[in-house]
Amino acid sequence: MVHALVTILTFQLAGEVLSRGLGLPVPGPVVGLVLLVGAMRLRPALAEWLRPVAQGVLGHLSLFFVPAGVGIIGHLPLLREHGVALLAAILGSTVLALVAGALAFTLVARLTGQEER
Amino acid sequence: MSADPALIWAYLSEGPLLWLAATLAAYAAGDWISRAARRQGWANPVLIAVLLLGLLLLGTGTPYATYFEGAQFVHFMLGPATVCLALPMYDNLPRMRAAALPILAGLVAGSAVAVVSALAIARGLGIEGPVLAALAPKSTTAPVAIGIAERLGGQPTLTAVLVLTTGILGAIIVTPLFDALGLRDWRARGLAVGTAAHGIGTARAFQVNPTAGAFAGIGMGLNAILTAFIAPLALRLFG
Repeated sequence: MVHALVTILTFQLAGEVLSRGLGLPVPGPVVGLVLLVGAMRLRPALAEWLRPVAQGVLGHLSLFFVPAGVGIIGHLPLLREHGVALLAAILGSTVLALVAGALAFTLVARLTGQEER
Repeated sequence: MSADPALIWAYLSEGPLLWLAATLAAYAAGDWISRAARRQGWANPVLIAVLLLGLLLLGTGTPYATYFEGAQFVHFMLGPATVCLALPMYDNLPRMRAAALPILAGLVAGSAVAVVSALAIARGLGIEGPVLAALAPKSTTAPVAIGIAERLGGQPTLTAVLVLTTGILGAIIVTPLFDALGLRDWRARGLAVGTAAHGIGTARAFQVNPTAGAFAGIGMGLNAILTAFIAPLALRLFG
């Protein structure tokens, strides 16, 4: 488990160095994600070796999000002022994005003959 | 002779142990309630944990900075968790290749519409500056959204709240919306909800249909990368 964690942290570190060093718009961990997918393609054994730990971490993905979420207590005045507008923006954009994404997929699937059978 | 409880509280409330334990306990309680409610959208474990901890902090008069000293160990795991998303993406590579063009079209359309329409509506309703920066990446998975927002000058905690709200709303509306529109391709439905409502939408998709779940995972993973490019551009448009 320690070795798997070291590997994951090393990919994150490499991603961070690349992201900062090259001034990429993508956060370091996302660069690490892309590097790790590439490494898994080169060496499929890596995916199997990391699988137990990675699945363990991903199984609790939403836990890691709690500390930042509790930060809402620092934004109560902002939410009192702009809460309705933010909710409207989130609801409206989510409906539009769902429809746009699904329609674009369906349309292109039809055009390229990759329709669901 | 027993010690003064006030002294014990004073000691514990300043150290990381208490708030680390409280974070894990609140999440465990949220997860238990969510399971008891048969994983319905509104009974989101994160939402419950945040409510419990928020009330606890307000009730005890504990500043967020003190809380975060303990909770930062949990917060840190967002980075490694993002890297771990490589595994489901690697697993789905063959499916992605088989439907590459429709995936690309759905991803670009969903991702761009999510960012641009959110900023347009918010801007139209009088929201400005750093709040827009926190809103722009709200459709991506939390760790990535926080990373993007921080780069754009948005507050990570506000981003977390907006991401969570997006996921919960998306998970609640996706099934009735697509049923009403008569969209029956599970791949399209999954990809769209993963792109628009990240991990919470993906979890919902897995409950409805396994193919939808797999494509939601693809949408979530790819949108984490795409939003990092789209959000700064769109923000320049509205900022």
